[in-house]
Amino acid sequence: MVMFWVSLLAISILLYVLLDGVDLGVGLLFGLTTSEARRGTMLSAVAPIWDGNETWLVVTAVILWGAFPLVYANLLSAFYLPLIVMLLGLILRGVAFEFRYKTQRLRWVWDLSFAGGSLIATFIQGLTVGALVEGLQFTNGQYSGGEAGWLTPFAILCGIGLCLGYALLGACWLAKKCEGEVRDVAHRQIPILAVGVLAFLVVVFAYALAENLPILHRWIDRPYLFVFPAIGAVAATVLGLSILRHNDHWPFYMVVLIFVSAFGTLALSFWPYMIPFVITIDEAASPHSSLAFMFWGCGIVVYPLMLLYTVISYTVFRGKVRTTAGYGHH
Amino acid sequence: MDMTALLLSRIQFAFTITFHIIFPSFTIGLAAWLAVIEAMSLATGRAAYRVIFEFWLKIFGVAFGLGVVSGIVMAFQFGTNWSVLSRMSGPIQGPLLMYETFWAFMLEASFFGVLIFGRSRVPPWFYLFSTAMVALGTTFSAFFIMVNNSWMQVPSGYVMENGAFVPNDWTKILFNSVVWSRFPHMLLAAYLTGAFCVAATGAWYVLRKVYHAEARIMLRMGLGLAAVLMPIQLLFGHLNGIYVNTYQPSKMAAIEGRWNDEKPGSEVLFAWPDVANRRNLFAVTLPPPFGSLIDSDSLTAAETGLNSIPQQNWPPVVIPFFAFRIMVGCGLVMLGLAWVGSYLSYKHRLAYNRPLLWLTFFSFPLPFIAIITGWFTAEVGRQPWVVFGVLRTADAMTPFLTTQQATISLVIFCSVYAFIFLFGTFYIYRLIRIGPRKPFEIPHLAVPNRPMSLADDEPITEPHHFVTGE
Repeated sequence: MVMFWVSLLAISILLYVLLDGVDLGVGLLFGLTTSEARRGTMLSAVAPIWDGNETWLVVTAVILWGAFPLVYANLLSAFYLPLIVMLLGLILRGVAFEFRYKTQRLRWVWDLSFAGGSLIATFIQGLTVGALVEGLQFTNGQYSGGEAGWLTPFAILCGIGLCLGYALLGACWLAKKCEGEVRDVAHRQIPILAVGVLAFLVVVFAYALAENLPILHRWIDRPYLFVFPAIGAVAATVLGLSILRHNDHWPFYMVVLIFVSAFGTLALSFWPYMIPFVITIDEAASPHSSLAFMFWGCGIVVYPLMLLYTVISYTVFRGKVRTTAGYGHH
Repeated sequence: MDMTALLLSRIQFAFTITFHIIFPSFTIGLAAWLAVIEAMSLATGRAAYRVIFEFWLKIFGVAFGLGVVSGIVMAFQFGTNWSVLSRMSGPIQGPLLMYETFWAFMLEASFFGVLIFGRSRVPPWFYLFSTAMVALGTTFSAFFIMVNNSWMQVPSGYVMENGAFVPNDWTKILFNSVVWSRFPHMLLAAYLTGAFCVAATGAWYVLRKVYHAEARIMLRMGLGLAAVLMPIQLLFGHLNGIYVNTYQPSKMAAIEGRWNDEKPGSEVLFAWPDVANRRNLFAVTLPPPFGSLIDSDSLTAAETGLNSIPQQNWPPVVIPFFAFRIMVGCGLVMLGLAWVGSYLSYKHRLAYNRPLLWLTFFSFPLPFIAIITGWFTAEVGRQPWVVFGVLRTADAMTPFLTTQQATISLVIFCSVYAFIFLFGTFYIYRLIRIGPRKPFEIPHLAVPNRPMSLADDEPITEPHHFVTGE
């Protein structure tokens, strides 16, 4: 039962990163352009899906609370300010989708909140993962790192790295979904961002060697963990080839694969801990009566339905978006 | 433990949840009303019903979006500010919240898509079925939230193990008398909110002499529904009082402004509770046994006063005392309005009675005020406990939360919410002001996951001309 809920949690987090990573990344690239026509097309490419993507964050939160209350309580309170700022970033960018078409004179406000909200949310997500990898300070099973225990150079580095990663994901999505200028710009951005992500991974690795991060020991102790980085390396090679060929679709799938392999690496190197080296999965798990109640009422039927629903809504909106069909103009 | 951080956390929770409840209480009622209107449209074939349906569907979309956005924050706030509570009660409150998220999300997201896209693609009966499923989704949502909160009011079906609430009987948690008097009370409150908003809109159009047919239907159905539901709501309100009296005597004593044990009890109608001196100033009181009759359905029952409860277990007396009276006052005004309005409507005189039309128009805040003050009564009255009788609010807070953190988060919540609320309500106002005028076309980019896009098909205007008059 515990394994079932760990799996669902992992799937939900991965889905959130991949799906919302796309539209957060588009939000980051949105801030780099000033052309209204391109902005409109970029929004059209993610408008039908962003809200459903964000739902996976709520799903992650409720699985965490219901199945692993100890982790929910510790993590959310330890990352107090970053999480609240992230939520407000997500809200601001969410309403911007709707509100920017309601005004012309104030459109810059909503454009700023869209790009800024995306940047804040992405940076903080990277920051929290970085802080977790580096290790939060705990005393007797309770967080004791203070108000800004998460604010370290490594965590900031990871925040920047995730911005590059999501932007890459977003650029690949735009290449896949759009035509004309937006696609061409995306094709120019992909190699730059890909090199940036690669450089980030090298720096992280070097930093980990220099700082002797505990996670690194686990990779060395368990050589089979290198399966995931190997998959990532293959994907990166294919990505490079597809960039040279100006393919619209392959870069996206390869970047997804790179994200999956990075997630797999991270998840397996945390195992069996949920908060590294402080709280294990079994310690964090809810009692059986809770897990079983959720299994029968939510996990076994409704969760697959939610996955199916996600597949259906992506199928409905498959194919290239029309450049002329600006969001909100009917 | 930082006492200022505790106070700020409580204010923050109160602020964000109060902001949030405005939208669901509107959309739960509206979803049910949409299902009824669609059924009427199918049964009678009248065009006006169809026009009304499409019109309210747009407003539903915007309010629903704001409810979703403000609801996400709630799922996180238990962990950020109340980590001790979320660790201890996670095994019970977590699964209930998960049921709410999973079930409601599935139904609402799937069938809302049909409401937007499906009119031409599905048979009429399936379209009606979809409206009913959206309404069911919002109802599920309300149900699991009420189960969750009722468990905090009257915890049951659990044992304490390793400092956590471990569920040992889910049927007790889901199906107890407290849930089944509070859930209908909330559901009826939401229906009444929908009814009064619809009636107020109809009254506005009649006063402005526009949308004649639609306005008449809105006015008649809104007031008629309220006339029927209001007495039932009062009955469930009374049943809620019985549970409070049985399980939470401290809350009841505060609501009633009752200081001494009485047998049988008297009933304080109005007063100013003077907590420092443990007495009521300017009290207007009904003699015994009215208090026992109201609180215990009995002519002789003994009623507990605050003096026989240790002061450290008192709620802040003044808030539940007044919040309760404001709620009941709103309810009685709504009852009178619904009955008089429905009577005049039955006599075909309502459309000419401008004072009553104005009153109906201005009545739309009443159900919202009643819901918010009702929740203040329930939640502030539960204090100083977060899980009544078991876990104190002060012990439930994140132990290392500082005043500085709590101040920053409260300030940004208030400013961002105020910003969004202003724009959101303006868009709803503009949709209602424009009314069901235009022929309806389905916005081709509107999708189930972003219902607010329904508000898009209006011309771009500056949201600054707030009061442009009639």
